[in-house]
Amino acid sequence: MVRVASETLNSRVPEGPVDQIWDKHRFNMKLVNPANKRKFSVIVVGTGLAGGSAAASLAELGYEVKSFCFQDSPRRAHSIAAQGGINAAKNYPNDGDSIWRLFYDTVKGGDYRAREANVYRLAQVSNTIIDQCVAQGVPFAREYGGTLANRSFGGAQVSRTFYSRGQTGQQLLLGAYQAMMRQVQLGKVQMYARREMLELIVVEGVARGIIVRNLVTGQLETHTADAVVMCTGGYGNVYYLSTNAKGCNVTAAWRCHKQGAYFANPCYTQIHPTCIPVSGDYQSKLTLMSESLRNDGRVWVPKNAGDSRTPAEIPDEDRDYYLERRYPSFGNLVPRDVASRAAKERCDAGFGVGDTNLAVYLDFRDAIKRDGEDAIRKKYGNLFHMYHKITAEDPYKVPMRIFPAVHYTMGGLWVDYHLMSNLPGLFVLGEANFSDHGANRLGASALMQGLSDGYFVLPYTIGDHLATSQLPTVPEDHPACVAALQSAKGRIDQLLSVQGTRTVDSFHRNLGQIMWDNCGMARDKAGLESAVGQIQELREQFWKNVRVLGNGESFNQSLEKAGRVADFLEFGELLAKDALHREESCGGHFREEHQTDEGEAKRNDEAFNYVAAWEYHGVGEESTLHKEPLSFDNVPPATRSYK
Amino acid sequence: MSSELINLTLRVWRQSGPDSPGQFDNYQLNGVSTHMSFLEMLDVLNEQLIESGQESVAFDHDCREGICGTCSLMINGQAHGPDTATTTCQLHMRRFNDGDTVTIEPWRATAFPIVKDLVVDRSAFDRIISSGGYVSVNTGNAPDGNAIPVAGSQQEVAMDAAACIGCGACVAACKNASAMLFVSAKVSQLAILPQGQQERSERVVSMVSQMDDEGFGSCTNTSECEAACPAEISVSNIARLNREYLRASLCGRD
Repeated sequence: MVRVASETLNSRVPEGPVDQIWDKHRFNMKLVNPANKRKFSVIVVGTGLAGGSAAASLAELGYEVKSFCFQDSPRRAHSIAAQGGINAAKNYPNDGDSIWRLFYDTVKGGDYRAREANVYRLAQVSNTIIDQCVAQGVPFAREYGGTLANRSFGGAQVSRTFYSRGQTGQQLLLGAYQAMMRQVQLGKVQMYARREMLELIVVEGVARGIIVRNLVTGQLETHTADAVVMCTGGYGNVYYLSTNAKGCNVTAAWRCHKQGAYFANPCYTQIHPTCIPVSGDYQSKLTLMSESLRNDGRVWVPKNAGDSRTPAEIPDEDRDYYLERRYPSFGNLVPRDVASRAAKERCDAGFGVGDTNLAVYLDFRDAIKRDGEDAIRKKYGNLFHMYHKITAEDPYKVPMRIFPAVHYTMGGLWVDYHLMSNLPGLFVLGEANFSDHGANRLGASALMQGLSDGYFVLPYTIGDHLATSQLPTVPEDHPACVAALQSAKGRIDQLLSVQGTRTVDSFHRNLGQIMWDNCGMARDKAGLESAVGQIQELREQFWKNVRVLGNGESFNQSLEKAGRVADFLEFGELLAKDALHREESCGGHFREEHQTDEGEAKRNDEAFNYVAAWEYHGVGEESTLHKEPLSFDNVPPATRSYK
Repeated sequence: MSSELINLTLRVWRQSGPDSPGQFDNYQLNGVSTHMSFLEMLDVLNEQLIESGQESVAFDHDCREGICGTCSLMINGQAHGPDTATTTCQLHMRRFNDGDTVTIEPWRATAFPIVKDLVVDRSAFDRIISSGGYVSVNTGNAPDGNAIPVAGSQQEVAMDAAACIGCGACVAACKNASAMLFVSAKVSQLAILPQGQQERSERVVSMVSQMDDEGFGSCTNTSECEAACPAEISVSNIARLNREYLRASLCGRD
């Protein structure tokens, strides 16, 4: 039985009409006097779109910022790999878009499990993000006349996605990175690269600092500040194979959780429909082929199971364009969760293609015939090149083979309307928080959210916290700092002292398999219960038998990985338990027990119309469930239909 | 595509720290699937090393899809290996033959000191960007996106330059360890776009000065950098950088 807290969570969403509350609230929040801002210091962990934009914007306002990343340079955060684009409600194409429509599409796309007020603010701010990025020199695609170009993405019937070829994330991230490096030059941001956050320092219930490990020297460092901002991305690598970078991890967020921050909706994971399929046991990661390809590519499988002809030999009448068949109005541009499940359904039914029969075709034949190879190369050249490199097949000539893969995680640390966690002073931005995408994120919305949080939300809300809190100086020898340092050190010593026989990666692969088999695209009670048991057993094995060589006082990549996998082994259990408790299907969370006759997700709004935020009580202990009830006053919940 | 298994001899540079001497160690690696990426092959090596009680080979990598610029490696003397327009993480073992000896080294440049084994310190690139590789516009200051029109063709040239992933292959491939291709890519992007005009002269002078201070060598126009660049940054950007620098020097700062 799940232990449920008696009081519901206070999201601090102000009263009033949804389209006015952000403006009004910006007036109501307390300000920090310009001359006083330099007296406040802020720690920002992570330098992706959220972290980079937050660090730059806070420093521009005058705060003293310390920025941290585990990569060798802040420019390498995984936002850089986002391909397709960023949404905004500019309505430049004159096709009927508006802030309201972006808001509506996002709430609906999230299967009515997001907080309306946050989503509306996101849609409102979206246009300003484009302006800001253009001003920074981000080379967005342009029409011949020089105006900004748009393309379409899943879950929307308007073209609202701005892009830079297939490298939109790279260009937006470099924009934020450059803005931040300018502040480094001005002395307002101190940059600490190759640092991994290992503990959160909490003083009298308020987040006041972090412990990091210098990954080059192995030294543990204590950093204190007036507020801590977590921009540490998602936890997709709990599945081992995902489209995330190898270094992406849950450690920073999990450390916050263990210090009292609630973790919300961990079971909402996004499986992206168009990735290059797994080819062998040695596989270390999966590569995404951007959703934008579904603008021109058509998804199909042979109508006859086991059809061994090459794709070119299969005539149209023997092809099943199953997305166009099942969803005539959205066709190949249905949202990700729907497209992924449809691919799984076809493969499970025996229609999959390729060596493993776990793939479907994404075919550009018709688009190339219509627009010419050059036009397609101009739009997707780098993606086609990457596909060719990895598979040794030329997608201009043969259709791509694709299969769904773990890509993004909608769940994350719980935050209120200020993006502050239940731990005062701890702010959480971007993919690391849970707030805006509900149970499924629409394509081209992650970049929008990361930049919205960092450029245009946090700079206002953090001021209110700093202006209204008593924040006495925390010296580095404060008992809370010493305890956090000891805890981080203890864990490293523990990892090094096991001296077992199995490598860290072998445990990680094992965990990933458990998660994918039982908490993947489709879940059921028995599978989830078994997953919980298997994870507990694996965790026990890990602490008895992991082999981490070398020492803690040097550059030691095995040790880095071991710490991350140890946290995934705790976190995975929470993910499975959250999925087990949510007896409904919504967005990326598909419980096989809860589906319509046509195999679509079936929500249970009576019982589960809430955010599930979990409070930690110890490894293996049952967490307490805190509910934040959701209300949909502007976008009335309906069964999502893309037919 | 069916996979083959090949056997390789790896000569890997091992160096325990920045000031320690380094040496090549040889490892025999059998049964490597030709479908593996180069880094997956190194993962397999590392698993075997750990299992036999030896410390794994340190190498930098992250996104493994050719965009983050973290991976590096001189492979048989070529930055990012034998394929053009390809990062090491996108290089696949089908490019190698059974029985090959593969020599793997870190980037070698004074401005990129070795951290450990194949890992180097490229923070000099960050300091170069810091010195002027941006448009000085604070958050909130921007006019409407379409108020700054950029001709489609101009945008394409800027994007070609902006595609630099900051990996450092240009420096590693250059006999002088010059960083001109890296610097010229950012200078070009911002010199072409209207947004970059206000700081155009100051930017190029500061960035070149920082580049020199970091200890990178001079450019002697051998174009090795272009040949090695996984993002296909053209040496025409270096020509533009030279023009920009000359212009700034003659006309003075803005």
